[in-house]
Amino acid sequence: MDWETLIPRIAKGVFYGVALLLAAGIVYGLTRLDYGVMVAYLDDLGRGALLTVELVAISVAVGFCIAVPTALLRASPRWWLSWPAYAYIFTFRGTPLLVQIFLVYYGLAQVDWVKDSFLWPYLREAYWCALIAFTLNTAAYTAEIFRGAIQAVPAGEIEAAKAIGMSKALMLRRVVLPRAFRICLPAYGNEIILMIKGSALASTITLLDLTGMARTVIARTYMPVEIFLAAGVIYFLLTFVFTRVFQRIEHRANRYLTAAR
Amino acid sequence: MKRLIAALAAVTVAAGLTVAAQAADKIRIGTEGAYPPFNQIDKDGKVVGFDIDIANALCAQMKAECTIVTQDWDGIIPGLLARKYDAIIASMSITDERKKAVDFTERYYSNSLRYIGKKGAGLTVEGLKGKAVGAQRGTIAALYLQDKMASTVSVKLYDTQENAYLDLASGRLDAVLGDMLVNYEWLNSDAGQGFDFFGDAFNRNDEIGIAVRKGEDDLRMKFNAAIKAIVADGTYAKINAKYFPFSIY
Repeated sequence: MDWETLIPRIAKGVFYGVALLLAAGIVYGLTRLDYGVMVAYLDDLGRGALLTVELVAISVAVGFCIAVPTALLRASPRWWLSWPAYAYIFTFRGTPLLVQIFLVYYGLAQVDWVKDSFLWPYLREAYWCALIAFTLNTAAYTAEIFRGAIQAVPAGEIEAAKAIGMSKALMLRRVVLPRAFRICLPAYGNEIILMIKGSALASTITLLDLTGMARTVIARTYMPVEIFLAAGVIYFLLTFVFTRVFQRIEHRANRYLTAAR
Repeated sequence: MKRLIAALAAVTVAAGLTVAAQAADKIRIGTEGAYPPFNQIDKDGKVVGFDIDIANALCAQMKAECTIVTQDWDGIIPGLLARKYDAIIASMSITDERKKAVDFTERYYSNSLRYIGKKGAGLTVEGLKGKAVGAQRGTIAALYLQDKMASTVSVKLYDTQENAYLDLASGRLDAVLGDMLVNYEWLNSDAGQGFDFFGDAFNRNDEIGIAVRKGEDDLRMKFNAAIKAIVADGTYAKINAKYFPFSIY
């Protein structure tokens, strides 16, 4: 037996050995966990999950409404329309969400005229600060996704719309936006999933979302593995359900493309 | 091939020696770095403060080589258990709840809890009903608020003590509950002008100790002996005087 046949065999053996050890380690670890503490604090974690869902749902919905006009501006051939939109998108895509949250929450609170303005009753609440930061952040990403989709609408379809004499507004409403929306669905779904997970940063400004609640429970129980594992499973379930629903929407919206197959 | 084996053997021996040397007299100490004047990061990025001075004095007494590791507060006990460091010197109160997870040395200082709020706002402990009160998550102040006050006041928990002060200054919080000595330091800072203590100090038997992993009695006893020694030889008093005009032992 020479080296050339032996080395792949050894490698294979090592690979399976390590995989087996790892699996055994995980199973052993899972049997050592205190499941009682997970159950005891499930109520709290559930309430946290509700806040997470609420924050994500509102910021994604409002973000969508900001993203559509921003994407149209961004796709405009006129520089004085596209530049401001680009600057906004670039700013929010170029900085971490955590920094944005801190700037909205701690930053604005340092400015006296903000504290004297009619906005302060809202800005003093961590809830509104998180919503503002999340919304502006997701709107910037979504706008860029939409912009790409708008520009990816096949030129032939736009020419066809022009050829039958559609006005610009009608063409936008009937052809460009519906087509762009269908094109961007997979990327848009991805952005919403990122938002679900990014919303964990709300916990840094006193909000008791799923992560905030988990950290507060851990501060009491000193059982980070159990509680974070439970929180992780809940996040997983949230994204799982969302992915399933989104798959349905995607399938329905693009039915006319898949039916022929 | 022979040379490779020799090199590997040399590396293994060297690694083994290093581990042995580490086990002898190297102690990694975990602290937070956001809790002035006890532990904070100075403008050069170094951890400084009362806890750090005490840690260094203890290590000098024990003739041990210490390295300081910083770790966020709410992960500081999990970090000790995960062996990222061997002891926590981070102004940690000795509580029954924590004793379930770690062992403590004798106290190296003592503290109490006291509220602070806007000066001249007529704040009282009884008058806090319906107001927003902040504390750092995972501290005994936070546990006190959650257990005793959550039904009457709006409790806000922060990642660091400094963030709680920021929100007190911005007006989001009506009061902060925290360690009296830490609050004392903040009231003396620029940001703390216009704020003051209110209500009496309570939880006076709050003792601060060094946490080690359960069962590491050897290290714990060494720390106990060193604490006794620096208190006796005046090193402690010298460090104390750097931070407070009164004894905090």
